[in-house]
Amino acid sequence: MDDITKTGAQDTAVAADGRRSLGTGPGRLLVTLYGIFTVAAASRSLYQLIAQFHVAPLAYTLSAVSAVVYGFITFSLVRGGEGARRAALVCCALELLGVLGVGSWTLLDPSAFPDATVWSDYGMGYLFIPVFLPVTGLLWLRRSRTA
Amino acid sequence: MIDALTIAVGATALALAAWCGFAAYRDEPTKDWHFIGMAVVSLLGIVQLVVGIVQLAGGHSPAKGTALFLAYLIGAAACVPGTGFMSLSERTRWGSATVAAGAVVLAVLEVRLFDIWGGGNG
Repeated sequence: MDDITKTGAQDTAVAADGRRSLGTGPGRLLVTLYGIFTVAAASRSLYQLIAQFHVAPLAYTLSAVSAVVYGFITFSLVRGGEGARRAALVCCALELLGVLGVGSWTLLDPSAFPDATVWSDYGMGYLFIPVFLPVTGLLWLRRSRTA
Repeated sequence: MIDALTIAVGATALALAAWCGFAAYRDEPTKDWHFIGMAVVSLLGIVQLVVGIVQLAGGHSPAKGTALFLAYLIGAAACVPGTGFMSLSERTRWGSATVAAGAVVLAVLEVRLFDIWGGGNG
């Protein structure tokens, strides 16, 4: 009860309708951003893998991995429910590790990356949204546990 | 022609983002006037898509590749209508915030489009 009073009236309404709760309220904004990043990362990596794979195979493969992670989180948020929430939580943690890991890797060993990935330099080419997105996602998913 | 359109879409998208962002700040859902604003920006996006395709058909080639240019054109045209529909089923401040986010993404896409077309040269 204490949790619910803390999060305010709007989230109480969200918590009330259970299964759909992950993709409503603030979750709607999160779903939209994850959806946009899924499309952006998927189309970018598909194009690069097909048209210019030999230029930077590692970078393009990592972009494809990020697209899969984004896609899975989008799907989980839309689907809702406790199982999807846990799966999304794991994926958001994975995504955060990915951004930090690949971000550091591109800075420490630029020669391994002739071309950029979605997560290069901690997502600088995407206004650093790739760093903020998993943090926001983790906070939102933790809070939705009351649902 | 296409450069002017790119600037127009980018500027109106930023205005829409500010307007819907303000609605989100005031804890309001998107209203009829917001949807009219979205329609205007969407219409400009579709005009840009058509003009872009006509230019491509006329033999112009974008500085950084036709496929990339087309992908960004389609993404730009879909951005605001997509988030507009999201806000139709989310009648809270978060619906307004979603449209504002979509409009910011559109503005970023326009900057990239300007670059991909080889802005300033045609």
